[in-house]
Amino acid sequence: MTVLAIKDLNVTFSTEGGQLHALKNVSFEVPERRIVGVVGESGCGKSTLINAILGLLADNGSVDAGSITFEGEDLTRLGPARMQELRGQRISTVFQDPMGALNPVLSVGRQMRNIQYRSGRSRSEKDARSEAMLRQVRIPDAQAALTRYPHEFSGGMRQRVAIAMALMMKPALLIADEPTTALDATLEVATIELLRELQQDIACSVLFISHHLGVIAELCDDVVVMYAGEVVERGSTRQVFHSPRHPYARRLLECDPARQSGRTRHLPTIPGEIPDLRQRPPGCVFATRCDQRVDACDKVPPDVAVETGHVARCILAEAR
Amino acid sequence: MSGILEVRDVEVTFEVGPLMRRRSILGVAGVSFDLHAGETFAIVGESGSGKTTLARAINGLQGISAGSIRFGEERIDTLGGRAMKPLRRRMSMMFQDPVGSLSPRMKVGNLIAEPFRIHEIVDKNPSVEVPRLLSLVGLTPEFADRYPHQLSGGQARRVGVARAIALNPALIIADEPTAGLDVSVQGEVLNLLNDLRERLGLAMIIITHNLHVVHHVADRMAVMYLGRFVEVGDTDEVFRAPRHPYTAALLSANPEPDPDKARDRIALPAEVPSLLARPAGCEFHSRCPWVAARCKSEAPEFVQGRTRRVACHTPLEPGARPPELEVTQ
Repeated sequence: MTVLAIKDLNVTFSTEGGQLHALKNVSFEVPERRIVGVVGESGCGKSTLINAILGLLADNGSVDAGSITFEGEDLTRLGPARMQELRGQRISTVFQDPMGALNPVLSVGRQMRNIQYRSGRSRSEKDARSEAMLRQVRIPDAQAALTRYPHEFSGGMRQRVAIAMALMMKPALLIADEPTTALDATLEVATIELLRELQQDIACSVLFISHHLGVIAELCDDVVVMYAGEVVERGSTRQVFHSPRHPYARRLLECDPARQSGRTRHLPTIPGEIPDLRQRPPGCVFATRCDQRVDACDKVPPDVAVETGHVARCILAEAR
Repeated sequence: MSGILEVRDVEVTFEVGPLMRRRSILGVAGVSFDLHAGETFAIVGESGSGKTTLARAINGLQGISAGSIRFGEERIDTLGGRAMKPLRRRMSMMFQDPVGSLSPRMKVGNLIAEPFRIHEIVDKNPSVEVPRLLSLVGLTPEFADRYPHQLSGGQARRVGVARAIALNPALIIADEPTAGLDVSVQGEVLNLLNDLRERLGLAMIIITHNLHVVHHVADRMAVMYLGRFVEVGDTDEVFRAPRHPYTAALLSANPEPDPDKARDRIALPAEVPSLLARPAGCEFHSRCPWVAARCKSEAPEFVQGRTRRVACHTPLEPGARPPELEVTQ
């Protein structure tokens, strides 16, 4: 079963400088009970992708083509009322900064009760459920924690409270946008282990956005590599990390300082810049920075299935 | 040895709580270290461990409540804002948020020329200096006409670097220079800093929680926990054989970009103590897998080795494993 299926999604923004093509023919799936990671540089369209799924694109943005199918419904065709029903109940989110997600003037218990407004439970049932949820994310003294305010928790705990809230209504899909970026390595690892455990308990799927390749490798079942608004490669984490087929994915992995075994003063980089998305190159979007460029790269590259579930948008992936 | 910075027993206190129940907490609780010319020193630790506060104290943006800071020959912690100003030419700061630290209303050229204006330097011509600085950080002269919102994260960082080196400082303090950058851009910024350090003989303090960054750029490193240094030493040596349990846990937790890598982790309880209720004895004892009775009552002194200082009663031997072998797969 597929929880979320994105097919040929195109999103554009109207800007002063013309139409900005932020997502171009994006396709991938989030299967049931899988954790799918999305990696890519800033500006590659990760945030646009999340906003498109949540129906929260800015006013100047629009879905021009393609579909986002979530539990059988095409989210791009739903009205705001139905989207509102889904958000927080069936699809929930955790962001990098938990303080932004928590209301500073309401106690944690009050906020957790509010989330359950559709549940039809009594107030004491709701509070019991909140407490159980806090216990599940290992907040010590959960009952007392309900009366506390967000600022009274440490950064790591706040993020766990935010995770507890996101999973409160047992959503089918959790979208986690860089949830561990602000934490130190020990808390980062503890948080991803917790996420993995809760995901299995609740049996939900997770779309996990991060630019920390180590975290992705450790947590995710599948990976989607984005570049300049396109999915350039996708597959299982093993396929992509062990045998990347798109030159960008390969270079990105090589750039990770964690991959340099010896100590070096000179880290590898990818020369060049992301192209202006208002004037996309007609062919391969990575061609200007690619060291394996050939003439055929001026044409639109095909999505090549290298292996079952492993797809790369590169003409050279085909040759092998 | 030519030390350019000498930090001794520095403490920073904050007042917190409502008016009638004011309490003070120690954000930085007695930190000492020396920095030599041309050296890169990294300070690692989790958010809230006092790294940024320490950096601000060194730069004079934050008053200290005890200790002393010397920069070159001069004691600087007692200087007021006015007396500090000429020193800031020689010691510049790169702030955490690359775009947020650039005024959105100023063009890049003006932003880079700003330090000359602030310090009333008239013998340098901005129309010469700006392109020179831009090219030093690997940007073309055309960037002078852009506004900060027209820059990518990596480019904004470069502009921040150009501003930091504009007045030819002896020391740069870089607070999370790679936070929020992708690995490819991260490498560019670190290479740039390394390169400038070699060409201009800069000393650098890098504050970060990214251990891979530390490994590749820092000569020496300090690990900070609850406002104190728990371990200070040569980066290679610390990575090879951490001696403080917190350092060992941090290094073992570092996620590696390999899905099949065997993980041999030292698991720590995730509850970080509050600065309002510092644990007695060794402040790490509440999370330490090696905790002993003595750790709960007696605070460890810094054990000074030849190249390493460790604040622990029983520093770890190389390859030490936690007693209960709490290994997560």
